[in-house]
Amino acid sequence: MATQIPFNQANAPEETGADMRPRLWLEVLHEWVTTVDHKKIGMMYIGYALFFLVVAGFEALLMRIQLAVPNNSFVSPEVFNGLFTMHGTTMVFFVGMPILFGFGNYLIPLMIGARDMAFPRLNAFSFWISAFGGILLYYSYIGGSGLYGAGSAPDVGWFAYAPLTAKVFSLGHSTDYWTLSLLLTGIGTIGTALNIVATIISMRCPGMKMSRLPLLPWLYLVTSGLTFVAVGPLTAAQIMLMLDRYLGSHFFDTQAGGSAVLWMHFFWIFGHPEVYILVLPAFAFANEIIPVFSRKAIFGYPAMVAASVGIGFVSLSVWAHHMFTVGLGAAENTFFVLATMAISVPTGIKIFNWLATLWGGKIQFTSSMMFAIAFLFQFLVAGLTGIMLSVAPFDWQLGNSYFVVAHFHYVLVGAILFMLFSAFYYWYPKMTGRMLSEKLGKWHFWLFLIGFHLTFDFMHVPGLLGMPRRIYTYEADRGWMIWNMIVSSGAVVQAVATLLFVYNMIWSYFKGPVAGPDPWDAWTLEWATSSPPPSYNFAETPEVSSRRPLWDLKHPDDPDGDYEIGPSHRQRAKQKEESA
Amino acid sequence: MLSGPGADPTNIFAPAGTPAHSIFSLSILVLSITGAIFLGVTGTLIYVLVRYRMRKDASDADQEPPQIYGSNQIELSWTVIPILIVVMLFLATTRVIYTTEHAPRPKDSLSVTVVAHQFWWEYRYPTLGIVTANELHVPISDPKHPLPTYLTMSSADVDHSFWVPRLAGKMDLIPNKVNTMWIDPQKPGLYLGQCAQYCGVQHAKMLIRVYADTPQQFSAWVASQQRPAVDDPAVAEGRKVFMHTACISCHTINGTVATGRFGPNLTHVGSRDTIASGSVANNPANLRRFIQDPANFKPGALMPPMHLNSHDLDAVTAYLTSLK
Repeated sequence: MATQIPFNQANAPEETGADMRPRLWLEVLHEWVTTVDHKKIGMMYIGYALFFLVVAGFEALLMRIQLAVPNNSFVSPEVFNGLFTMHGTTMVFFVGMPILFGFGNYLIPLMIGARDMAFPRLNAFSFWISAFGGILLYYSYIGGSGLYGAGSAPDVGWFAYAPLTAKVFSLGHSTDYWTLSLLLTGIGTIGTALNIVATIISMRCPGMKMSRLPLLPWLYLVTSGLTFVAVGPLTAAQIMLMLDRYLGSHFFDTQAGGSAVLWMHFFWIFGHPEVYILVLPAFAFANEIIPVFSRKAIFGYPAMVAASVGIGFVSLSVWAHHMFTVGLGAAENTFFVLATMAISVPTGIKIFNWLATLWGGKIQFTSSMMFAIAFLFQFLVAGLTGIMLSVAPFDWQLGNSYFVVAHFHYVLVGAILFMLFSAFYYWYPKMTGRMLSEKLGKWHFWLFLIGFHLTFDFMHVPGLLGMPRRIYTYEADRGWMIWNMIVSSGAVVQAVATLLFVYNMIWSYFKGPVAGPDPWDAWTLEWATSSPPPSYNFAETPEVSSRRPLWDLKHPDDPDGDYEIGPSHRQRAKQKEESA
Repeated sequence: MLSGPGADPTNIFAPAGTPAHSIFSLSILVLSITGAIFLGVTGTLIYVLVRYRMRKDASDADQEPPQIYGSNQIELSWTVIPILIVVMLFLATTRVIYTTEHAPRPKDSLSVTVVAHQFWWEYRYPTLGIVTANELHVPISDPKHPLPTYLTMSSADVDHSFWVPRLAGKMDLIPNKVNTMWIDPQKPGLYLGQCAQYCGVQHAKMLIRVYADTPQQFSAWVASQQRPAVDDPAVAEGRKVFMHTACISCHTINGTVATGRFGPNLTHVGSRDTIASGSVANNPANLRRFIQDPANFKPGALMPPMHLNSHDLDAVTAYLTSLK
C-alpha cells in the first residue's frame, strides 16, 4: 500500500534521467532564481524564513542576556530598543508570513490535485519582492544613519506608534527603512494571497467540490481573504507616514493637530487580523496532521470550516482590544470586549473537535504528532490568557506588561512555531524524499518544550508583578529578577534545541531514511505522487470523490464519500443507487 | 516618615485602592473560570493520549480505528456552553468598566493635571497653585469619606502610559488627547509604578512615585510647596551660575528669571526623594553627577551635559539642594 503512487506512475529517477550530468552551482542558482515552480518558490520562502528565524532568535537572546539581571549594561538602551523592534518586525513579517506562505505555496496545488498555482509568475514576483523587503529592513543597520551619526536599526517598536515615528522624534532614516520594507512586503503578501485564493477557487481537480476541499486549503483560503482586508490599511498607513515625514502632511503629526490614535486604529485593523493570518495556517497543519496520527477522519469537518470562517470574520472587529488603555470610552471598550470574547467560541470549537478527533483513535507519537499535541495544549493556555486580556479592566493592569508578552509568545511560539515544527517533520519527507531523524526529533521536541515552558510560563509572573514590556533594564527592588533569570535561561535551552533542528534538517537531507511517496499512510493528494514530486506534480489529473481520496483507494470497500456530508447524504446516495 | 514600598511593590494582586481592587475581584472570577476550563480540557487531553495511544501488541493493531465524522449534538453542546460562559463574563466585565470609568465624582475631590514628557512626569495642581515633577503627592481616601484624586492627563510629546499597579489600571497619555483616571489610595505610603507605553530611548527609567499622605502630611506638603523658592545667601554663587547658564531655558524656579517649561520645575527640587524621574536618590553626590552629564544615570535623557567646571558644579549642586 505504502509504495503505491496512484496518480504518478512515472517516478523521479526516470523523469530526471536526461539530466544526470553534474551541474555547475551557477546553473543550480539560475534555476532557483528564475523558477516559477510553486514547490521551489515554497521552499525558498521557507528557507528565507528559517534564516530570519535564526537572526531574530539571536536578537531575542541578546535581549534576554540584557534582562537576566537588573541594571545590566550588556547593551545600551538604544541598541536594546532597536533589538526588540527588529525582533518583532522580523518575526511577524519575515518569519511568520513567509514560512506560512511557503508551506501554502508548496502544499496547496498538491493537495487540490493541480500542477501549479494559478499565476506562477506572480508567485515568483511576490516572493522576490517580499525577500527584498526583508533585506531592506536589515540594510538599515548599515544605512539607517542618514546624516545623524552612526548606523542604526529602527527603534520605534514593531507597531511604531505615532508620533514617535515623526521626523522630530525619529531622526535619520531608520524609520524609513522600516516603512519601506513593510510596504514592499505588503505588496508580495497581497500577491500571494490573491494567488492562493485564485488557485483554490479555480484549480481544484475534478470531483473536488468545496465541500471536499481538505481543511488545509480551506484555512488558507480564509487566511488569504483576511490578508486582502488587513494588509491594505497597513500599506495605507505606511504611505501616510511617508507623506508626514517627507511631504509635510499631518496625519499623525500631533504637534500640528494630527492624531496619534488614528495610527493605532490603522495599525491594529491590520495587526489583529494579522494574528489570525499567522495562526490559521497553524490550525491548517493541525487539521491535517492530528487526524493522520490518530488514524481517524477529522471530527466535524463542516464545523471546522464554519469556525475558521467565523474566526476570520470576527477577527476583523476586535482590533481595539489592543487599545483598552487609550481612553476610547466605556461604550467602545464594552463593544470590543464582547467581540473579543465572541472569538473564543469558534476557537473553542476547534480545540474540542481536535480532542474528539483524538478520541477513539490510535495515536502514534511521532515527532510530528508530539509537536502537534504540545501545540494543542499551549494553544489552550494562550486562549485562556487571551480571555483574561479580553476582560478590559484586567487588561488595564495586564496590557503592555510582560504578561502580554508571555501571552502572545504562547500564541506565536507555543502554538504557531510548535505547529510549524510539526509540519516540518510531517512534510519534510515529501519535500526532500528523506525522513527527518526521529531520534533527533525527539531530542529537539523535549529540549524545545522544556526551554519554551521555562521561558514563557515564567514570563507571565513579572507582568503580574508590574513589569512593563520594552524596558531595557529594571530596578532591583521590584522583585522581578528571579523570574527574568529563569526566562533568560529557558531562552538558551530553546536556542540549543533550534540548532539541533537545523542540524537534523541538514543531516537528514543526506543521510535520512528514504521516505517513499506516502510514509505516514496518509489520505490527501500530496501523498499520491512521488517524494519529492516532479515539477508537474501529477502525471495524470487526479479525480476525487471524497475529502480523503487516498483513504478511498486504500479502503475501496468503505469509501469516505458515503459518510462525509452526514446521514442525509448517505440516504440520497442509497436512493440513487436503488433507483438506478 | 513614609513607610517603604516593601516586597513586590508593584504587584497587581496587592490592591491598595478602589479601581485596583475592583479589577482584582474581577480577575479572581476570570482566573477561576479559565482555571476550571484549563483543568477540564487538559485532563481530557491527558486521558485521551493515554487511553487511545497506539498499542503495537493489541489484537487489532493492523486495523484502522472506527471512523467518526462528527456529531451535531455534541458539537452543539460545546458551542452553546462557551456562549453562556462568554455572556456571563461579558456582563461581569461591563459592570467593572462602567463603575470605574463612570464613577460619580465627589465635589471635594482633588484635581491634578499630569503631563508626560520624554522621560519624566509633570504634575500640576491647578487649584493649589503647585507645579512639581516625578513625585505625585495625593491625600489618602477614607472608604467612609471617599476623597479620590482625579488625574487629567495628556502628553507634551509622544505616547506614554501612567501605571501604578497597586492603585489602578494604566491609562495612556497621548498628545492632542485628554484622558482622565482616578486613584484613591486608602493607606498612607509610597506606591511605585512606571511608564507603560514605549516612549523612546529612556522609557525604562520613566518611573512613577505616588506618595499617599495622611490629611496632616498632605496639608503640610501643600504648604511647603506653596512657599516661594528658598533664597539662601549661603548659596548665592550657585544661584548666580544657574541663572546665567542655559539651565533657565528649560527649568522654572518660581520668582526668578528661570521660567523654562521643557524640564521639571525645580522650585522645591531639594524636597524630593529622587531625581532623574525616580531612578536615583536625591543627594548632593548624585545631583552633581546628574548635572555634569545626565547620561551618567539616564543615557538618552533630553537634558544635555552642562559642561560646568568643577567649582560651578559644586555651587549649582549646593543651590539646588537648598531648594527645599
